[in-house]
Amino acid sequence: MTQTLVEVADLAVEFPVDGADAYVRAVDKVSFTLEEGRALGIVGESGSGKSTVAAALLGLHRGTGARLSGTVRVGGTDVAAATPAALRRLRGGTAAMVFQDPLSSLDPYLAIGDQIAEVHRIHSGASRRAARARAVRVLDRVGIADAARRSRARPHEFSGGMRQRALIAMALACDPRLLIADEPTTALDVTVQAQILDLLHGLREERGLGLLLVTHDVGVAAESVDELLVMRDGSALERGPVASVLAAPAEAYTRALLAAVPRLDGPRASRSLPGPAPDSSAAPVVEAVELRREFGRRGRRVAAVAGVSLAVRAGETLGIVGESGSGKSTLGRMLVGLVQPDSGLVRHGGAPATGITSGVQMVFQDPVSSLNPRRSIGESIADPLRAAGERDEAALRARVGELLERVGLEAGHYDRYPHEFSGGQRQRVGIARALAPRPRLIVCDEPVSALDVTTQAQVTALLAQLQRESGIALVFIAHDLAVVRQVSDRVAVMRAGRIVEEGPVDQVYDRPVHPYTRRLLAAVPGLDPEQAAQRRSSRQEALATA
Amino acid sequence: MSLTLERSAPAPGAVPPGAGAGRQVWRRLRRRPSAAVAAAVLALLVLLALAAPLVAHLTGQDPNTYHDDLVDSARGGVPIGSFGGISADHWLGVEPGTGRDLFTRLLYGARVSLLVALGAVAVQTAVGVAVGLAATLGGRTADQVIGRTTDVMIALPMLVIGIALTAVVPPDFPRPLLLVLIIGLLDWGGTARMVRAQALALRGLDFVDAARLAGSGKLRIARRELLPSLAAPVITYAAIKVPTAIVAEASLSFLGVGVKPPTPSWGQMLSSAQTWFRADPAYVLLPAGLLFTTVLASTVLGDAVRTALDPREGSRLRVGTGKERTG
Amino acid sequence: MTRFVLKRTGGALLVLLALSVIVYSLFYLAPGDPARLACGERCNPQQIAQVREQLGLNESTVAQYLHFLQGLVAGRDHSAGAGLVLHCDAPCLGLSYQTDQQVTDLILTRLPATLSLALGALAIWLLVGVGTGVLSALRRGGITERLLTVLTLAGTGTPVFILGLLLLMAVCAYLQWLPFPTYVPLTEDPEQWAWNLLLPWLTLGLFESAKYARITRSSTLETLAEDHIRTFRAYGVGERALVTRHAVRGAVAPVIALSAVDFGTMIGGAVLTESLFGIPGLGKTLIDAVRVVDLPVVVGVVLAIGTAVVVAGAVADLLYAAADRRVALA
Repeated sequence: MTQTLVEVADLAVEFPVDGADAYVRAVDKVSFTLEEGRALGIVGESGSGKSTVAAALLGLHRGTGARLSGTVRVGGTDVAAATPAALRRLRGGTAAMVFQDPLSSLDPYLAIGDQIAEVHRIHSGASRRAARARAVRVLDRVGIADAARRSRARPHEFSGGMRQRALIAMALACDPRLLIADEPTTALDVTVQAQILDLLHGLREERGLGLLLVTHDVGVAAESVDELLVMRDGSALERGPVASVLAAPAEAYTRALLAAVPRLDGPRASRSLPGPAPDSSAAPVVEAVELRREFGRRGRRVAAVAGVSLAVRAGETLGIVGESGSGKSTLGRMLVGLVQPDSGLVRHGGAPATGITSGVQMVFQDPVSSLNPRRSIGESIADPLRAAGERDEAALRARVGELLERVGLEAGHYDRYPHEFSGGQRQRVGIARALAPRPRLIVCDEPVSALDVTTQAQVTALLAQLQRESGIALVFIAHDLAVVRQVSDRVAVMRAGRIVEEGPVDQVYDRPVHPYTRRLLAAVPGLDPEQAAQRRSSRQEALATA
Repeated sequence: MSLTLERSAPAPGAVPPGAGAGRQVWRRLRRRPSAAVAAAVLALLVLLALAAPLVAHLTGQDPNTYHDDLVDSARGGVPIGSFGGISADHWLGVEPGTGRDLFTRLLYGARVSLLVALGAVAVQTAVGVAVGLAATLGGRTADQVIGRTTDVMIALPMLVIGIALTAVVPPDFPRPLLLVLIIGLLDWGGTARMVRAQALALRGLDFVDAARLAGSGKLRIARRELLPSLAAPVITYAAIKVPTAIVAEASLSFLGVGVKPPTPSWGQMLSSAQTWFRADPAYVLLPAGLLFTTVLASTVLGDAVRTALDPREGSRLRVGTGKERTG
Repeated sequence: MTRFVLKRTGGALLVLLALSVIVYSLFYLAPGDPARLACGERCNPQQIAQVREQLGLNESTVAQYLHFLQGLVAGRDHSAGAGLVLHCDAPCLGLSYQTDQQVTDLILTRLPATLSLALGALAIWLLVGVGTGVLSALRRGGITERLLTVLTLAGTGTPVFILGLLLLMAVCAYLQWLPFPTYVPLTEDPEQWAWNLLLPWLTLGLFESAKYARITRSSTLETLAEDHIRTFRAYGVGERALVTRHAVRGAVAPVIALSAVDFGTMIGGAVLTESLFGIPGLGKTLIDAVRVVDLPVVVGVVLAIGTAVVVAGAVADLLYAAADRRVALA
């Protein structure tokens, strides 16, 4: 008979807010259990309380002023009632946590091996030397090459994926029965994410570890867990075996959430809407010829973009996809003139352009910093109109109101300030601002990557619709392959400053030619848990052939 | 699909609080009783300093009238009576040696101390903001030259240069004005560095790029996008610099190179009190106490303003207490 | 790392050169006639003209500055009137108007007193200041922390000369535990040296301690709020180890760097403390020279202080980079 590893009953967590004696409820009456050796995924959008639940398992809310009720038992220990010593034994010894951002989760001043040895000694009482040897062994197990030497490095000398491996090694060092992973792959590129998930899977099989995986990404959960718990606004909405929840969700919210997840095999927004197909014979709106741009100082110069040529026609959407550091953002900024190329040339409507040209706009990634917090959104949207010489206040307001309505907001929002809007609404404001001067080209740099998945779907649909209506050229830059597939007509895959593959969406996604494109596609988690094992082995093959 | 909205960290340099933050800041300020007390103390001091002539008229005392009859010339000029010669006429006693009324002298001293400090901070802030903005908006070379100069200004010991400068300034130059200029023109480095850093961080934010794409020019961007967000940090910094300026004035006067007698200032009174602290401790303790109170109050107030405006304050609170409480 | 060191050293030299130009021109081009100042109150015009000739004040300002630089690098001769020639060895900062003593010598004779004061103060603020900061970070939320916070705040609000005056009043005048301090050189009598410097050390050390306690506490708390602390807490590391092994490291770099700067400034002269306790250091030399408008001494001391500060700044940067390796790499 399997033993119960985690037992949570009626857990509620309240945090104090910026006023005396006021509390906000982050988690509301959540109950679940996890058996020894099983894996549970908690999925939800931001603010659903999923990370708060994970922290409660280790009693991490103690001393923060948060109020907890209900019971939490982990490995037989009542977390709320545990003495400080018992709690310290639980933390790491019974249940070990892997955090989201591997860089900030490690002490920047200490060697990685020492950090792992430190937590190992706490739980085993081993000698310094033995603990250090153990650290090297676990680092080796998680796939750090040359572990003995690398264990003396500090976190900043590791890549993101290696840091996450080191954090997992730290968890292994204490020999826990349960691994709690809080968004363990969110800060990582998709290929690295696949490697880390595969590593976690291998460790579970090898040691019979229980896993509690907290994630916003349903695909990540589908690949890794046996059971799923869907959370929203602090409450547990539904729970069940992962296959049945994904195949037949009981709750409307879960259905909406699943529908919003962009899929590699789902419908494409650009095709589902009526409108003229892009005219392939027309002259391109924007053309880049052998663009090159380097950053950094002498001696350590790195080419962010190393010779890229492309063209986009009116009414067409070009998707540019790539992992972090591939140079896709720099390329986008060169297309609009915010960054000057070291060599090469940008042509707008056939004419060479230097610097900022009219008729070209941009939608930015971060909905917080892309709007001036001290100016009303109407003023921000009216900026390009004023710069173009419009002086009539009434006409300005009317035009801005019209734009606001076009992006799904209200004309009366003119005098509101950015902080009064949600992230998705702010991205809509950003789109309205880009549309204001009636541009020929809009470059969208990761326009939805900061948004929750349901909001993401709405903003992507809006962009596709606006493009069909106005027939402008769109460049859509993103790291998420599924999102790019949804909106693009053509797609370019970037790696290390170059385009490795370019072509119509169907061709690139269904019949990828370049091995890197194949690896990328194989790394994207799917929503079908049945196929997870198959995908894992195909990834091994792709890695072997690359 | 990576960061979620609510958790997305502020961009480098921290996004300035929005328009709605004003009320929040005020609320945080009011919740600190120490800040309220400090503000009240400072307000009282400023009021008394402003009303010094009126008070002098009411008490019938003048800061510069000698009262030889109130000091014991046989004992070297120690005030007659207890606690530095406190009497109905002289509420806080008289100055040893001269017999001048201490209360009115302290009040007139407050005028000089506060005026010099506020004037100096005003000069610092004006110069600092101008230099900092010039560094951000000028070219690369301008930025580097200004940056180096600012570094030097910050590194130089202001007190030492100030003392040295008083050697070459003509003796008839009005001293309070000289002090304002010395403290103001030597100590703007911090403000300039802060303004430059803030402006640079702001310039790197997407909304400035958006303004550029909208066709806004350099000056328009400075006025519309940068300056409104700079006001809060500049005010905070100025508030923090007030106590420093008060101490600087007092130090220079204490060393005898600041305000010259007969003009009273707290530092200058302490300077002459050095020789009296055994015979007449009240003469030391009164200006010292006032100076201490003023500096402390303005430090507390400046600190409160800073924490109220600091977006990271929330994260500091979350550190919690040393002992993990159960539940 | 070597590149970083070279770059920082070169920068420091450039700053010193610029400083010498500014200080020199400021003081020698200022209103008032250096010759009259050098000659004294009762000189007649003829004598003043003679002094002007001797000091080379008839030359162009650029030539004067170059001579000054030449003196710094290679030494120079000064005619002292009546055919008398005084040689001034490199680095020559000129001769005092008052005593005709070489300014460089004067600075060197005053340096030990200043160094004595600064070293003791450094020890106190590292011990008391940093100790207080760590203690209040360890005991956060408790009565100890509140008490320490109040003390620290009071310390920040007290100008150094008030602290010194109060200590003098209390310890020497009322309690009479110590006689009024007079400076005794270390080489003369180490025991008397220490006893007489005790109050100045305490004054300066405690005054600076308030600042260091604040910085240590706030850097430690800031680090304590960082994500990696959460990691170690989640692995069962105790609170005390979290603070002493992980969080305090965040305070090391700023404390070391600031100490270097403050120490440099103090070598340049803790003017107020030296003046209050009558310690014949650089700061007191400056004040005395300013009172009698002895320009070569003023310029010399200011340049010496500037050098100390600039060197300290460079050392601080290097120490900071060594303590926090991420800086040099960035």
